[in-house]
Amino acid sequence: MKPFAYVRAGSVEEATDAFAARPGARYLGGGTNLVDLMKLGVETPAALIDITRLPLDAVEPLPDGSLRVGALVRNSDLAAHPAVRDRYPALSQALLAGASGQLRNAATTGGNLLQRTRCPYFQDISKPCNKREPGTGCGALRGVHRDHAVLGHSPHCVATHPSDLAVALAALDARVELYGPEGGRSLSAADFHRLPGTRPEQDTEIRPGELITGVLLPAATAGLPSVYRKARDRASYAFALASVAAVLHCSDGVVDRVGLAFGALAHRPWRARRAEEALLGVAPTAAAFEHAVDLELAAAEPLGENAYKVPLARRLALDVLGRLAPVSPI
Amino acid sequence: MDSHDTGAAPAPPHSETTLRVNGEPRTLDLDHRRVLLDLLREDLGLTGAKKGCDHGQCGACTVLVDGRRVNSCLLLAVTLDGAEVTTVEGLAGHGGDPHPLQRAFLERDAFQCGYCTPGQICSAVGMLAEAAAGHPSHVTDPAAPSGEPVELVRAEIRERLSGNLCRCGAYPRIADAVEDVI
Repeated sequence: MKPFAYVRAGSVEEATDAFAARPGARYLGGGTNLVDLMKLGVETPAALIDITRLPLDAVEPLPDGSLRVGALVRNSDLAAHPAVRDRYPALSQALLAGASGQLRNAATTGGNLLQRTRCPYFQDISKPCNKREPGTGCGALRGVHRDHAVLGHSPHCVATHPSDLAVALAALDARVELYGPEGGRSLSAADFHRLPGTRPEQDTEIRPGELITGVLLPAATAGLPSVYRKARDRASYAFALASVAAVLHCSDGVVDRVGLAFGALAHRPWRARRAEEALLGVAPTAAAFEHAVDLELAAAEPLGENAYKVPLARRLALDVLGRLAPVSPI
Repeated sequence: MDSHDTGAAPAPPHSETTLRVNGEPRTLDLDHRRVLLDLLREDLGLTGAKKGCDHGQCGACTVLVDGRRVNSCLLLAVTLDGAEVTTVEGLAGHGGDPHPLQRAFLERDAFQCGYCTPGQICSAVGMLAEAAAGHPSHVTDPAAPSGEPVELVRAEIRERLSGNLCRCGAYPRIADAVEDVI
């Protein structure tokens, strides 16, 4: 591991100032991904700004019915929080479907969103990877890509985003709150991560020096039925092959609110806008669900080894939507 | 020490850090790259926590930090100033009586080579506290009431200990041993 300076920040401003003053700095939260990448030589920060002592570790209900989650709330604590379990069940389920008990105890909310792809070409510094080293090519495109993207990929990068949490946040219409040299702002969770295009080195819309300070779960999806389901190679402690988060509400026999997002299919959580449009205002029947999910997945372009992901994601989505429908779909 | 030592590389960045390990305060001048696992094994001679994968994937390095189970291979020690660390060496009670889980592992013969055992035991200690505090798991019924202790049926034990690999495959007896102390 390359030597690095270490700074413990006492406030958000102190952290962003320390970052600005040290070229090559990285923020350090739980470190479960960053420290691993430093051991692999993928990350070589000149300085680590330790943000774990910042006062961003609370889950607070706000007067408007939304719920603010501090960026440093640990994954295990967030999954167990009564307000999350009771009002945003898909979020708790997504967190519990990821990693191990030990990792969830260390990993933070903000860090989970900023974790890097587990593409083996990205993690191996002897291999080409446009995400790790722009311009070197994509090893996975014609290499081993069973776990890779089927939607929204580019010739430059076919990696997927590994987070379970991010998929649930996208479906639940959460927002990501940021603070940086230019002040504070927030982005919709569904738009926080990017598609690779020609700049796969940029995973998210975050700007240099910006810090995630929290995640806002909106009142609009609080208390609605929601589910997260994940398919993986073993029953526990593995990244998704495909996953689905969905929130669904019906009134007068038709869908009046739906959020559907896929995980492990793309470079970002894939919010299924086409499927949602097809479902709004129609009766929640099995045929309607099939039509909507097929519309969405018609855009899939499997690479070869990962063609299985399309029917797998389809079945997961139909199962989840069926479970959320107020009566058994016909 | 380094200024007149011509040709010697400057010392890598380091900081003084104080943490309590198994109840004893320890102050060390740490290279920032030192992870907790290496601090325990190499600086303090506490070789109970094992280096398996060194990448947070196997759980052999599991210890308790401020009462919570974590992978010590992924924690930079300099970040732990003021923390309370408990390793498998610190689980025994006063007078050296083994922790009930240690006794159960012995009685159930819950290992073959034993390399993963300290991590399994520390993980199980942390896991029991999590379940008692009402933390759900992937296999907990989402409709179960929030905040109440979770009953540790076999499926719960297996899921909650999935972060600890045993390449000898001693899982059935590990789960038996944990069941014995519930």
